[in-house]
Amino acid sequence: MTDYTTFEHDVLVIGAGGAGLRAAIEASAAGVSVGLICKSLLGKAHTVMAEGGMAAAMGNVDDRDNWRVHFSDTMRGGQYVNNWRMAELHAKEAPERVRELEAWGAVFDRTKDGKILQRNFGGHRYPRLAHVGDRTGLELIRTLQDHGIHQGIDVHMEVTVISLLKDGDRVVGVLAYEREHGRFRIFKAKAVVLATGGVGRAFKITSNSWEGTGDGHALAYHAGAELIDMEFIQFHPTGMVWPPSVRGILVTEGVRGEGGILKNSEGKRFMFDDIPPLYKDQTASDPEEGWRYTQGDKTANRPPELLTRDHVARCINREVKAGRGSPHGGVYLDIAWIKEKLPNAAEHIKKKLPSMYHQFMQLANLDITTTPMEVGPTTHYIMGGIRVDADTQASTLPGLFACGECASGINGANRLGGNSLSDLIVFGKRAGEYAAQFAQQNGHGTMDNAQIERETKRALEPFDREGGDNPFVVQHDLQDMMQAKVGIVRVEEEMQEALAGLRGLKDRAEKCSVTGNIDYNPGWHTALDLRNLLTVSEAITRSAIERKESRGGQFREDYPNKEPEFAKFNISVKEVNGEMQISHVPLPEMPAELKAVIEEMG
Amino acid sequence: MKATFSIRRGGSEGGELVDYRTEVTEGMVVLDAVHQIQAESAPDLACRWNCKAGKCGSCSAEINGKPKLMCMTRLDTIDITQPVTIEPMRAFPPIKDLATDVSWNFEVKKRIKKFKPRKPDAEDGTWRMQQSDVDRVQEFRKCIECFLCQDVCHVLRDHNKHAEFAGPRHYVYTAALEMHPLDTENRIDELKNDFGIGYCNITKCCTKVCPEHITITDNAIIPLKERVVDEHFDPLAKLVKLFRKK
Repeated sequence: MTDYTTFEHDVLVIGAGGAGLRAAIEASAAGVSVGLICKSLLGKAHTVMAEGGMAAAMGNVDDRDNWRVHFSDTMRGGQYVNNWRMAELHAKEAPERVRELEAWGAVFDRTKDGKILQRNFGGHRYPRLAHVGDRTGLELIRTLQDHGIHQGIDVHMEVTVISLLKDGDRVVGVLAYEREHGRFRIFKAKAVVLATGGVGRAFKITSNSWEGTGDGHALAYHAGAELIDMEFIQFHPTGMVWPPSVRGILVTEGVRGEGGILKNSEGKRFMFDDIPPLYKDQTASDPEEGWRYTQGDKTANRPPELLTRDHVARCINREVKAGRGSPHGGVYLDIAWIKEKLPNAAEHIKKKLPSMYHQFMQLANLDITTTPMEVGPTTHYIMGGIRVDADTQASTLPGLFACGECASGINGANRLGGNSLSDLIVFGKRAGEYAAQFAQQNGHGTMDNAQIERETKRALEPFDREGGDNPFVVQHDLQDMMQAKVGIVRVEEEMQEALAGLRGLKDRAEKCSVTGNIDYNPGWHTALDLRNLLTVSEAITRSAIERKESRGGQFREDYPNKEPEFAKFNISVKEVNGEMQISHVPLPEMPAELKAVIEEMG
Repeated sequence: MKATFSIRRGGSEGGELVDYRTEVTEGMVVLDAVHQIQAESAPDLACRWNCKAGKCGSCSAEINGKPKLMCMTRLDTIDITQPVTIEPMRAFPPIKDLATDVSWNFEVKKRIKKFKPRKPDAEDGTWRMQQSDVDRVQEFRKCIECFLCQDVCHVLRDHNKHAEFAGPRHYVYTAALEMHPLDTENRIDELKNDFGIGYCNITKCCTKVCPEHITITDNAIIPLKERVVDEHFDPLAKLVKLFRKK
């Protein structure tokens, strides 16, 4: 039998971004022992990349804002296939979660009267995003990290989970390996919280780091949990497109929030050409009104650049396809133009968007205070994920909870910018709370040694094989294929080809081989991540084929319209006898008072 | 066009520079070259990275002997007609290839007293702070914990004072807490006694390598040193302290 080090915790949290850290803090505060597994070093998770802010209806800048407006904005943005209860809890609890961060040392930008400043963002009716320049994610993760290290949480850095361990239906622990020496570890836990983030590495052009390989999605799926909404992928409209090595790196929506505009190669501000009916009444009628909105004029409507991300991404795609793109296949995002409006524009831009200024200066040799940026859509976020109970974040398996990006429900078909950071802290807290409660009510389960041996053997196989593909090459081929066939514009035929392609890639992944020893071996790590990437790619593709309509993050060229039939359910995938099974989960009926809120908000 | 990269290979016991040639294209950064080498010929080459945009501070290394983030070092800013050396940070024990054991940093941070806010200013449990009062703290909170400042600091790098000296990163962290308008804790005694701020002789190497352009020495370390002096070496303050104790 292989050598294992065994750890025991009441609650084990997998993932140390905003959601995982917040869950660990909450569980620990409830008095149970907590282990926290980080795939990288503590404080490096993808949350640091979040730029614009966290949405919470505190009403510090515009007192017309409240949870009801935030709730209806979120539902509208998600095209009404969201889990209404999650959207409700999120809108109600986000302000308290943000204020709590301040009590833990976060230093947000301030209003003139000394409160937390809030900024405009796409799809939010009022200035709602608490922020710190354009590095809000760093502030969030550092605040939680620096608070969490004093809470008695056991942190396991550079550890990757390869399998959830079960006792009957219940999840009772995990099998993992540590990066430094490739040694296997067993974690026994009364409750497990998945907070592993997204799946961006399934696509070629992405804002996600190497970690975003859908680990939690795949772990839960292979353990028998349900995933929903996997077809809804958010392509963020503004990623860098040049030079090639930085393609996909995010350009914050904050640029548009501060007055940045989108133009095509003819110099035309094309976003005014296509405003969806759902947003007609909330959108500026001319550039002047849009500018006044970004400068805080409460009587003005927002500029069309701040429509929801799915729509803006498609408009950019359309301009490029029509031959009106920039030289490297994007469009222009211009913040430099505000010098026509503001006397000290260059300084203003550097103050409001410091990391964007440095990012372009250092990586693209371009000064955003004088020159427009070239931008294009980049794979950013998955709305779909593990199906959870709205209040407790419990998955469909006992003992397994999920929060943050790897859980699903709050965002529906499209997430509003700024709703992710607030999602992390609202539902991270809830997951931690209810996981702790579960741990208090249940003892440790029994591990299945045969399962452990089987999974360990599978994990080590790449070392025994010779002459197979380099795992990095298989990953690149997968990314190319998903980008081309299941990307921003989808058709049935191409997605069927993708399914066939996935079968071939799966075969290659199962035969790939790695060289060198087991110590800190990225080739091996990539080989293990491939299984997760292939699983989520298949879930995305099958769900996207099933949804024969266009809605939010899913755009079907063969079904370009929204169909009322498809507004009645979520698409779910589940592993049954080793096969991926698709089903429809009816959306629960929204209570009358919430319906009234949506109607009232118009 | 091809360029040669001499990369440190080997585990914790020792290593050597191994040359790799790879194609260089427009806009590439050092981390791209490392990834390309991993995909072409050395999939087991160990290297940390996450965001690839200078925001997470994972890919710290010494490029041609200079501490830098690999993801933010463009190849057109260095001489690639000569082999480019890429080595791990020297102030920390090597694990493998470019990865080092930075766990000491996490241990030190844990020993620094946590944030302790004053009572809320408003009835709803919130505080009021002016932007001008938080500008300085926000500068410190830009830190991405890449530990390049620790790597370049001669007290750690050359004199190995890890047991007595916290290093620039942790002075910035302490300064952010001490200068936080809401904080009520006092960390001055430990700065002197446990965290060895006296060892710093203000050569400003840390400030020069900071990828976030934090003015570490002038804005964080010197003011903290002044506070230490005020509390420990000011005869008048000493007298007052003596009386207060009684």
